[in-house]
Order: sequence, then structure tokens, then C-alpha cells
Amino acid sequence: MTDNINSNSVNDNNGIKPNNINNGIKANNIKFIQGNEACVEGALYAGVDFFAGYPITPSTEIAELLSKKLPEKGGKFIQMEDEIASMCAIIGASLTGHKVMTATSGPGFSLKQEALGYACMAEIPCVIVNVQRGGPSTGNPTHVSQGDINQARWGTHGDHAIIALTASNHQDVFEVTVDAFNLAETYRTPVILLFDEVVGHMREKLIIPEKGELPIVDRLRTSVRKGVDYHPYLPREDGRLPMSDFGAEHRYNVTGLFHDMWGFPSNNPQVVRELLHHLVDKIENNVHTITRYKEHYLEGADYILISYGSSARSAIHMAKNRRERGEKVGVLELQSIWPFPEVMVREKCANAKAVIVVEMNMGQVMREVKACVDNPSKVFLANRIDNKLINPTNIKTLLRIIQGRGV
Amino acid sequence: MKRTRFVFSGSGGQGVITAGIILAEAAVIHEGMNATQTQSYGAAARGGSTRSDVIISNQPIYYPEVNQANILVCLTQEAYINYSSTIRPGGLVLTDSRFVKTTKKVDARQIEVPMYDMVMEKIKKPIVFNICMLGALLGITEFVRPTSLMKVIKATVPKDFIELNQNAFELGMELGALYNE
Amino acid sequence: MAIKDYIRQRYFPQMWCPGCGHGIILNSLLRAVDELGLDKNGIVMTSGIGCSARISGYVDFHSLHTLHGRALAFATGVKLSKPELRLIVPMGDGDALAIGGNHFIHAARRNIDITAIVMNNRIYGMTGGQYSPLSGPGKKATTAPYTTIDNQFDVVDLSIAAGASFVARSTAYHVLECIDILKKAIQHKGFSVVEILSQCPTHYGRKNKEGDAAQMLEVQKNTTAKLGSKALENDPTLIPRGIFVDIDAPEYCEEYDKIVQRAMKASQSGKPEEPLVNPLIQQSCVTQ
Repeated sequence: MTDNINSNSVNDNNGIKPNNINNGIKANNIKFIQGNEACVEGALYAGVDFFAGYPITPSTEIAELLSKKLPEKGGKFIQMEDEIASMCAIIGASLTGHKVMTATSGPGFSLKQEALGYACMAEIPCVIVNVQRGGPSTGNPTHVSQGDINQARWGTHGDHAIIALTASNHQDVFEVTVDAFNLAETYRTPVILLFDEVVGHMREKLIIPEKGELPIVDRLRTSVRKGVDYHPYLPREDGRLPMSDFGAEHRYNVTGLFHDMWGFPSNNPQVVRELLHHLVDKIENNVHTITRYKEHYLEGADYILISYGSSARSAIHMAKNRRERGEKVGVLELQSIWPFPEVMVREKCANAKAVIVVEMNMGQVMREVKACVDNPSKVFLANRIDNKLINPTNIKTLLRIIQGRGV
Repeated sequence: MKRTRFVFSGSGGQGVITAGIILAEAAVIHEGMNATQTQSYGAAARGGSTRSDVIISNQPIYYPEVNQANILVCLTQEAYINYSSTIRPGGLVLTDSRFVKTTKKVDARQIEVPMYDMVMEKIKKPIVFNICMLGALLGITEFVRPTSLMKVIKATVPKDFIELNQNAFELGMELGALYNE
Repeated sequence: MAIKDYIRQRYFPQMWCPGCGHGIILNSLLRAVDELGLDKNGIVMTSGIGCSARISGYVDFHSLHTLHGRALAFATGVKLSKPELRLIVPMGDGDALAIGGNHFIHAARRNIDITAIVMNNRIYGMTGGQYSPLSGPGKKATTAPYTTIDNQFDVVDLSIAAGASFVARSTAYHVLECIDILKKAIQHKGFSVVEILSQCPTHYGRKNKEGDAAQMLEVQKNTTAKLGSKALENDPTLIPRGIFVDIDAPEYCEEYDKIVQRAMKASQSGKPEEPLVNPLIQQSCVTQ
């Protein structure tokens, strides 16, 4: 039985190559590191050159490593006075033309929400990493949870759209981090990387791709010449908005207020309506392009486990064991959570006898799955909320109950 | 190598987490295998009990925690009490004879080695206790090649510390070899 | 250049009330920039939220109108990522010192090369007249119908204590003095703070029976005195004006450049600066 992988990801390698002897890979490119470090490697590969952050477990290694690596390549690192300031600082640095990132966990992610909304409104490319830990409040700093799924979607106030990606292994952490920078530039939007404590702290193999192996999207800058009017918020026909760096020849206004094509505040109802439509549509209309997922043993599966992040590892482990015993169990691993890939999930689950969402919260993705499948009553939740990694036995127990086989 | 699950346990500062990382890194970087390493985190930086789970396999590894270890290393009595019951029947328990008094209730091969005392006698630096333990483990069974492990150590420690660590590692190898079957 | 060349005429008339001191301060600021002959493309004006913050929309510089209290945090990102830009950050009293107080003291502590202007009218104007951390006790505001009991910050003392390397105070009344101080503040390398007393006849003035704009300007004239002046010596209850601190101190971006040089050198030589301890015994540990 093979591990079928089918994904929109740029690289279909699921990161854990069976039985390889590191053939043909330069020794320096093979690392045995934490997920947080894999995220840093991905960010550097994507071209990050400005990071502002504040220490918080379990994300701190990202700041620590970038404080060393960024100045080595002429980039900048700053430890700000809090997470609010960190978020604001990266937005400022993005406007001067840099690729920027910050990293945090639950409490810090809460603090960043106001400025995250600013980045949505002012359309500033930036990447925010949230290595999830137990919550609410201070919760459980050193233990795992996936309780910030909905906060990523709706944490900042007002209607808006957001992109949030996740990953279950270090190769994917690397690749979705690169992806996050690419999507941030493409859609001029903040992109959230929703990792979790297990993925962040666990060590495993990462093979760093050669330069050029993964596509990199650079800042789209305006071609409007000096002396010609540049409209910073007038989308091109393809919906994209070329930028002009602060310090370059075009001077314009950036604001968190509703604004016209010049970036100047406006409460004209038509301007307000059109801007909000633009902010939401540019992402929601591209769900298909943004969707990233993997299939593991999904071919002909009667029972489909939908999972993501570290809990997907347990789901795949369990599905592999079941398949070896001839049971048709497969895993649909989500790598993009927002915008939620409704159509893809509905299609994949159409013939399943039951769909089990495996996550470490009280059903945040399960509710999305129930909302999009044809028969919500066949959707079940296998979860753990005690800040321990859900294990394959936990999932198997639920599966046996659903199958009417008892435990 | 077939999937092998290790638990390294002891108290903070003994270097059990680092030892797990070095072993796993040697398997990944120098032997082309897959490995995962996780650890239980607490708020204390020093003292308190620590545990590092390592899985090494030539196949993909998904669930990264160890529920039943094939190999259990305990460097404190507390760790032995906590984890010896979780050993997989037929597994191997390696303990330090100064810190751990074993019981007969464990369904595994138990090996007690005076690693700490020998380190203090021959090298006189407690900081390389963990490296001596890795040596002993490889002396008993060659999970990875000793040269692979030394390569990782050399790449990790500052130059001035390499010899110290090498001596500890070789000392451990000699001690472990006595139990090599 | 003419002053009109520094403004976005498209967006005039501005939104401030008749008699507001903020327009006068904008005028002083633009004259300071003009007299210094600065390139408009080299200036980023960053502001927060409030009446004062709207100033950034009217000037023909790169302008970043941000969140309440956060202007200095945004400005820090702009400045550190592109140190050749000049950052001017006008803020209101609530913006700078209530919600933005933490960012304010930390920007001062870093001594990052930003010019912070506190346009102090002692009230929240845009939300309709609530008391601010600079109102002081015994004042009336819509949230202090029985008068305030809160003490106020002294912006000058606070800035000095926090590490700003240039600290000054003036008023909207003292237009020429203001131009001169702003020129020095903008030219200063490091974090500079200029507190400018401004009048809000609409809210503060009405609530506290201080009269119309002209009368409030009279108050600025009569209750302040130049540092080192006879008037101040004779009456220490007057509010001192002038430059309190102007020192050379290591500037944040320049210091960071040195870090970059060191890090690049170490990585190019393949000899990263060695850790202080044997990494083989380092323990991972963490909370919070």
C-alpha cells in the first residue's frame, strides 16, 4: 500500500522519504531540526529580511534563530516591547519593500489581532506564525493545542478574508512557509501560519531544496513612472495591486480607514462597499488556487479522517495500520485551513461512510466540514483537549464505535 | 533499521534530551534514515524530570511519541519508577548503577552500568555523562555506527570540547561492549 | 518651495475645528522641513489615531496613518528596515502617552532616529472631549463630569527618563520658536521628542471655561516661559519652554548596522561567534 499524495502544493514529496540514503543530496542541505527551525529555513529561502517579535513559548526558537541569521545576510531583527508592536513594526517594514514575518503563540496572537486587521485593510504583505499552545488565556505554554483555528479566521474585527496554512511535518513546514510569503505577495495580504507545539518543537529531517527548486514570488512593484499619477489602491484588471516602496518616487497615503484609490480616507458608501468586496473577493474567489491538501490512503476509502498539523500524523499512522489490515481508511490532510476548501472537502467525502475530523480542539474544523459535506450527520469528531498529542489509539477507538464494533 | 523507539529519561541538566537528539541526528544525517525526537517540556530549566522520545526507522514516521519503548534509558530512580513499566516486552533497559536501583518486575533485559562513576574516575567532568551513556548504548547494540555519532558530536561542540566528548564516548563504548551479545 | 508644495491640496480644507492649534503646528512643521531643504521622498510621516493623527493625510510625504497609539511601533519598522528615511511622528496626548505609552518609552529607550511630536491639547478631541493622561487633576471632561483626579505626565521628564536624546517643548502660540525647535529635532540623530502645547477650543476650552481659541493662545503665552529666562526664574510655576536635552548618544539603526557587519563577517569567515557554553549540555527550557 502506498501513501498517495495528491496536492496543489508545489512539491509532492511528503517530506518523509522511505528508505532513502540521502541520495544525491548535499550533506549541508540535510538537517535534523525543530519545526520552528524549519519554518525559519523556509522563511529565509522565501527571502525574509525583516523580523520583529517578542518571546513567547512555543514559538521563541523562531525569533532566536532569526536574530542570528538575519544580520548574517544583511537583514534586520528586532525584539519589540510586545506583540502589538512587533506586528506594527513588520507592517512598517513591509511598506519599505521588505519581506517580513513575526512569530508568536496564543496570547501574543490575541494581541496582534488589531494590527492584523490593519494589514488586511491596508493590504500589506506579511507573514504571521502562530505556534499554537493550550488556551484560552495563558493556558498551557509548553503543550500542544489547535484551538486558534477560528481566531485565525475571525480574530480581528470586521468582515475580512484571510489565508491560513498549516503543516504536519518539517518538509511541509518549510514549503508552506515559502508558500505563505508567496501568497502574501500575490494577494497583498497577511498570511497566517498555524503550526502547533508538537510540530514546532519536534525534531525531524528537513532537506532544504536547492535555490530555484521552489518558486518564489517577489514584490510586484508599480511600473508607473515618476511624475505620472500612481494609484496605490486601484487594482489592475487581474485584481492585483502593484506597490511602491516608501522612499521611492511615488508618495501616497496608507490608512486603516476605508479609503479611495489614492489611499485617502473616505466614507463614501460606494467606496466602502467596493473596497470591502475587493478585500474579501480577492481571496474567496481564489479558494481553488489557494487550497493545499494531501491525500494519504484516500483511494476508495470508506472512512475518511480529515486532519491537519500534528494531529494529522496520528491520523496517518492509524490509517496506515488499518490499511495494512485491509480496512478502507484514508486521510485527507488539510494544509490550507482558510479560506476553507469547501468544494474540495465535499467532493472528497462524497462516498465516505463516515468522516472523522481529527483535531485538538472542540471541533473548530469539524464545524466547517459539517457545513460543507452533503450529509453532516456522518461527520464525527476525534479530539483531545488535554493538551496532549492525540494518539492513533484515540482515533481507532472512535472509529470502532462508528463501525459498530465496540472498543 | 526497523522502527526502533527510544526513551531517554533522567533529570534536567544530565543531558538526556541532547543525547536523544545526537543519536537521532546521526541516524538522519549520516545513515540516511528517518528519525523524530520529541521531549516533554516543563517550566524548569534545571532539575525536574525530563524525557526525550526518539524514533528511528527506515520507513516514514508519523506519530512521533513513544508509548512503548524498545529501548529505555533511565538516569534517575524517579525516571525508572515512572517509565520502566512502559517498556515493550523483550526490550532493553539501560540504567546508571549509581543513580538507579532496578527491580525484578520489568519484562526486559536490564543492564546496569556504572557510567557516572567511570566518567568521574577517568574523565572527571560530569558534563560528558550523557555522551558516555550514548557510547554504552552503542557498545551494547550498534543502532548507528559509532563514527556517525562522533561526526555529529564534532559538528556540534566547540573545538576545545571534542576530545573530552570523544573520550567519554569511547569510555562508554568499552563499558557497553561487556554486554554486547 | 512654497508651503503649498508640501501639502496634498486635493484633501483641503482640513478637518480640524476652527481655532484648533493643530493647523498652526502643521504650518510650523512644513516651514521647518522647507527651511531644512529636505527631499519630500525621503520623509515618512507616521501617525496614529485622533485629531492630531489626521495631519499625515495632508502632507505630501510618504504617509502612514496607523492605529491608535501604535504610530511609533510602525515607524520603528519603517526606520529600521530603511534607515535612510526620515521619520516624523506627530501624535496626540492620548495617542502618544495613554494607549501608546509603552511604545513611546521603548522608542525613546532605543534612541532610534525618529522625531516624535506630541501635540498636547490635554483632551481626546476626536471622540468628543474625554480626559487624557495629560489633562491633569481638577479638569472637566465628558468622562470627568465631577472633575479629574488623575495626575498628568510631564512629557519632558518622562522622555528624558526613558532615554530620548533630544527633548524640547514649545506651544502653538510660539510659532517661530516652534519652527526652530522642530528643525533641530528633525536634524537630531536619535530619538527626539517635541511637546507642543496646542488648544482645543471645541472641547477642552468649552468644558474648562478657558475661552475661545485666541484666549487659549493667550494662556499658552502667559503660563510658559523660556528656559533660562528671568521670567521663569521669578515664577517657577510657569511651564518651561525650550530644549531640555540635546545629546549625542548611540543611535539604534547605526548600532544595528554594526551587528550586521559583525554577523556577516563571522558567517563569511565560516567562524560563527562561538557559544559560551558546551552546547551538548544545553537544556531546552521555556515557559510563558
